[in-house]
Amino acid sequence: MITTTDLRKVYRSRGREVTALDGVDLRVREGEVYGVVGRSGAGKSTLIRCVNLLERPTSGTVTVDGQDITRLAGRDLRRARTRIGMVFQHFNLLTSRTVRANVELPLEILGLAGRERTRKALDLLDLVGLADKANAYPAQLSGGQKQRVGIARALAGDPKVLLSDEATSALDPETTRSILALLRDLNRRLGLTVLLITHEMDVVKAVCDSAALMKGGRVTESGTVAELLATPGSELARELFPVGGDASTPDSTVVDVTFLGETAAQPVISQLARTYNVDVSILGAAMDTVAGKQVGRMRIELPGRFEENVVPIGFLRERGLQVEVAGEEQAAPVVEAVR
Amino acid sequence: MTWDIMKPLLETATGETLRMVAWSTLFAVLGGVPLGVLLVLTDRGGLLRNTVVNKAVGAVVNVGRSLPFIILLIALIPFTKAVLGTYIGAEAMIVPLSVGAIPFYARLVETSVREVDHGLTEAVQAMGGSTWTVVRKVLLPQSLPSLVAGLTTTVIALVGYSAMAGTVGGGGLGNLAVTYGYQRFETGLMLVTVALLIVLVTALQLIGDLAVRGLARRGRARTT
Repeated sequence: MITTTDLRKVYRSRGREVTALDGVDLRVREGEVYGVVGRSGAGKSTLIRCVNLLERPTSGTVTVDGQDITRLAGRDLRRARTRIGMVFQHFNLLTSRTVRANVELPLEILGLAGRERTRKALDLLDLVGLADKANAYPAQLSGGQKQRVGIARALAGDPKVLLSDEATSALDPETTRSILALLRDLNRRLGLTVLLITHEMDVVKAVCDSAALMKGGRVTESGTVAELLATPGSELARELFPVGGDASTPDSTVVDVTFLGETAAQPVISQLARTYNVDVSILGAAMDTVAGKQVGRMRIELPGRFEENVVPIGFLRERGLQVEVAGEEQAAPVVEAVR
Repeated sequence: MTWDIMKPLLETATGETLRMVAWSTLFAVLGGVPLGVLLVLTDRGGLLRNTVVNKAVGAVVNVGRSLPFIILLIALIPFTKAVLGTYIGAEAMIVPLSVGAIPFYARLVETSVREVDHGLTEAVQAMGGSTWTVVRKVLLPQSLPSLVAGLTTTVIALVGYSAMAGTVGGGGLGNLAVTYGYQRFETGLMLVTVALLIVLVTALQLIGDLAVRGLARRGRARTT
């Protein structure tokens, strides 16, 4: 649905060059919620702004719904933008207009007649659960309500794609959850493809089917959340699912085990202890639902150095678990290329 | 001088002042708003970034702003004569008053429009709006209270300018104050003229403030 190919963006100011995007390849499938995470300055904001050409990339292409956006200009570009909704961190509502008139604005741009505009705006407000606030002004709304108006407005042109630029970053955790639930709901009910950028891992955990990690203008990891969790050494997986706990003695091996799907139900740890007669201590463990799937992660400690534990670790791997040995991970950085 | 003599003089002069101010305010809006918006749009980071146009318009506005009005008034006499056929009287003064007020208001418009959150412009662009849509639906409506406040300042400045215009044959309250009050030592008339001007300026400021408050209220309204 959204594909970027070797996207580069270089800012020039007073002879200095700053590379915000350094060859980004992204592929967002139709109907999925795709999260791009990264610290501030990683280039994720530039990336999402290149998708509707608020920012024109220096080179590379952006394709949305089969159309090469980067070739467009003027009227054609504006028409393409009406099919791409966007919500913003600071909502960007017009304070001089009522909630209803704010939602009508894109419909005015589309050239709808007055009565039809009103009807559609009220439908959209109903969809986001704000039908009763139609005649209020944005200043009378809470942050979460403002973002709902922002979402209603973004949906006015019946877009196939919704871009979310840190839409929940200015909201408290509870409001964040309700807005994410709304995005998820819209994604399912309308078949809307959502590309969101965020610096909060919890957002990815709550709604994303796929995710990408950005660092220094590049995508260092990407894939479906399940794939990422199954990728040894994945930084995103570790951040999504942190398990704490340090080794009790330097003379032991710390192993991170990830259970995915049905492997979560197997009694592997007790099998391990019984079969190899080793004392397994659990340093940390967590179970959670990520992108609708049951996922478990556990950090265990085995006595003795890695060399002495090759066989038990092999046993865990044979069981279909994803196993990472602490200290080994730096040696195996994984960059999964996206097609 | 008795009130019976003063009254018709004051009535005519007030009428002339109001006419001069009203017409030149109209031209100030017609000229100042587009120029002010153009200055913002063509500036760095603007939607129609164009350094040449920006610098050119900026220079014209600055020249208009930096000339003392009394100089502008006299310098424009040939121009006024060419346009209207005369340079005497309240109507003729509308030309230099407008020429003085347009750059004055243009700078105030520029400041007001620049204050509008750039995020709103982006939001409208993202929904497929053209530059013209941005101007019409975002920049002007969002800055309206501030534009009206600037207009109040402009109108009051024009009252002052129009008094100056009186000294070169423009009529109005300024002319009255100079010809009768100053040159003929009619202190009574002078005081009445000054009082009238104070009332006029106060009334204009009051109307302007009320309008700004009314416009700004919607944007700031809170639920109680």
